[in-house]
Amino acid sequence: MSDARLSGPPAASRRRWSWTDPKLRSSVIQIVLALIMVWLVWSFYANATANLSRLGIASGFGFLDNRAGFAISQSLIPYNESMSYGRAFVVGLLNTLLVAFLGVILATLIGFVMGVARLSKNVVIKALASAYVEVTRNLPPLFQIMFWYLAVLSTLPGPRQSWGFGLQPLLGSIGSGLSAIGLGFLGNPLSGFAAGLSAPSVFVNNRGLVLPRPIFEDGSMAILYALVAAVVASVLIGLWAKKRREATGKPFPAFWTGLALIIVLPLAASYAVGNPVSIETPELRGFNFVGGVRVIPEFVSLLLALAIYTGGFIAEIVRSGILAVSKGQSEAAHSLGLRSGPTLRLVIIPQAMRVIVPPLTSQYLNLTKNSSLGVAVGYPDLFAVFAGTTLNQTGQAIEIIAVTMAVYLTISIVTSMIMGWYNKRVALVER
Amino acid sequence: MKRILFAAVGLLSLAGAVNAATLDEVKARGAVNCGVSQGLPGFSSPNDKNEWSGLDVDFCRAIAAAIFNDPTKVKFSPLSAKDRFTALTSGAIDVLSRNTTWTMSRDTTLGFNFAGVIYYDGQGFLVRKAVGLKSAKELQGASICVQTGTSNELNVSDFFRANNMKNGEVIAFGTIDETVKAYESGRCDVFTADRSQLAAVRLKLTNAADHVILPETISKEPLGPLVRHGDDQWSDLVKWVYFALLNAEELGITQKNVEEQVNSQNPDVKRLLGTDGKYGEGIGLTADWVVRIVKATGNYGEIYDRNVGPATPLGIDRGLNNLWTKGGIQYGMPVR
Ligand SMILES: N[C@@H](CCC(=O)N[C@@H](CS)C(=O)NCC(=O)O)C(=O)O
Repeated sequence: MSDARLSGPPAASRRRWSWTDPKLRSSVIQIVLALIMVWLVWSFYANATANLSRLGIASGFGFLDNRAGFAISQSLIPYNESMSYGRAFVVGLLNTLLVAFLGVILATLIGFVMGVARLSKNVVIKALASAYVEVTRNLPPLFQIMFWYLAVLSTLPGPRQSWGFGLQPLLGSIGSGLSAIGLGFLGNPLSGFAAGLSAPSVFVNNRGLVLPRPIFEDGSMAILYALVAAVVASVLIGLWAKKRREATGKPFPAFWTGLALIIVLPLAASYAVGNPVSIETPELRGFNFVGGVRVIPEFVSLLLALAIYTGGFIAEIVRSGILAVSKGQSEAAHSLGLRSGPTLRLVIIPQAMRVIVPPLTSQYLNLTKNSSLGVAVGYPDLFAVFAGTTLNQTGQAIEIIAVTMAVYLTISIVTSMIMGWYNKRVALVER
Repeated sequence: MKRILFAAVGLLSLAGAVNAATLDEVKARGAVNCGVSQGLPGFSSPNDKNEWSGLDVDFCRAIAAAIFNDPTKVKFSPLSAKDRFTALTSGAIDVLSRNTTWTMSRDTTLGFNFAGVIYYDGQGFLVRKAVGLKSAKELQGASICVQTGTSNELNVSDFFRANNMKNGEVIAFGTIDETVKAYESGRCDVFTADRSQLAAVRLKLTNAADHVILPETISKEPLGPLVRHGDDQWSDLVKWVYFALLNAEELGITQKNVEEQVNSQNPDVKRLLGTDGKYGEGIGLTADWVVRIVKATGNYGEIYDRNVGPATPLGIDRGLNNLWTKGGIQYGMPVR
């Protein structure tokens, strides 16, 4: 039986309305503050709209439907100047996401390689990695973007003198190389064979990288299905292989099997439905190449600069993460007979991840924010297209700056959430 | 980031009550805040000592002379094409005198008033001589460098569409230096801007003689000073400084002879120079406002000849910018 005196009256009714109650006091203050905030924002909004309409300045989001009128040099979706500002916004957003996404991947790869290399016992590798980290972290990102753009990519030859790549020049040069070192019996037929192949299809010039474009005709869906099937199968095989290894200790080359599936299945599907994919090769016509796809130098220089700059910081994070794992761990691994490669991969890095992931997140966010520097080399990201050209053209600063800030904020929050989730996963490895 | 700052200031000033009498603020501050370009020889460019000169610069000096009797009481803010309007809306500058095209949207929904057309211009194309082009119609497939936030960025797309020219690309850069560098490095076949700006940019290139401006003019670019909506007195003042410069030229009043002209018996001259009537008071100044202007900067023709005329490196004929009495379309409204 419960004793009424012991449980007492419900807590709430016992609380007195008093300023000395810290909990109550703080919630009252918070409510008052929130009300003040709401009032501030509202009066800000009311004042701004009143002033705007008094001065005859347009406001609201109606402009998003108006014709943009300007061209954008890189677009992942169909776009031309007769489309709307809203469409231009999406084009800019996708361009920002593209460079940020690829930049994060590249920077992470560079950072891990360099971070590990800085701890190498090989003096040369160690010195190179240290030099890399020191140089890239200390040069401002804008400078690095301009460097790649003006000092490297713009020195490439013009469209008419493009460097062409393809099977033909490669085989041809191997052939002539062989002939040059006295292996003419091998080299000559090879050169002859190469000359018979069609012209090069990949070009590099100061207008960018021009690649052949696959054109998907009817039936191409089969290839996509095959690809999806291959990916699913690889994942399943990977899971199965892991389970089996844990149960029996027998290894299975899941990675290679998956890779083979991903390559072979779509090819087989393509063959089965009669090769529905044709290739459009770029052709030099007039000022530039026509056809194919082109990766513009503005994008390349921004991507390289962001990846290399952020890569330097990530290298430092990785290095300190590895150093944070106690030496005993690698000694124990070695005494179990693991070589240094697998020790690093299976023992050190997984533990280092716990230290690495949180600061890594802020590097990813930095990279995304720094991508707005691309405007200096004419890369049409969200900042350039929307907060730049569109703002200038429409004059609707309030709406555009608010939307732009909201977008960057959203990207940051989503990135942080993904990294937070990943952090929790790696944190479980703790023992 | 500067833009964010301007915009933020703009938001705050819009949210606050902007009921400013700009002229009073300018007088209290002791200087006119004037937005100019980041460096365009002949229109607005600084020398090594950061002294500004050019047609657009002299216009701001004329305003300062009218108010303070001192053409040096101007603070110049160099602005890129895309930052210029937020700077004016936010109140960071009082007047934008930066080769800006008078368009309907800028004059209405963007919230500005243009004071006049200080230079009638049109858009053209600058190309390398070696390419051997005769006409802009041959630009099919070309890469074109343009500065973002300009009317040129819009016109060039229209021109290509209207002439059914495809496969070209337009690359838009933030500042004039970036645009010029990209053109010079070979990233683009063409640099497009207003013809006067092309002439100025051409002089900056390492080998000016290797570049030509194509014959076509693809747009109307009436360039002039502008102010914010909401202050009619200031708007009138800037507008009448412009008309005063034109009227002075038309009446033969120059920097040299203005002192004598004060004694002229010509009724038009008397009204302009304030020896008859007090027209200057209508814009918050004193009757002799034009005397101060012409003493400081000379009349419109003198400003033109000094900065962009045939005797300067730019060497541009008066053409449309001649007075209406001499075959041009510059026309000062009467002081009456
Ligand atoms: N008149 C056009 C173009 C004005 C403009 O900004 N032109 C560029 C062409 S190079 C320029 O003068 N830039 C100088 C600068 O940004 O400082 C407009 O008003 O939109």
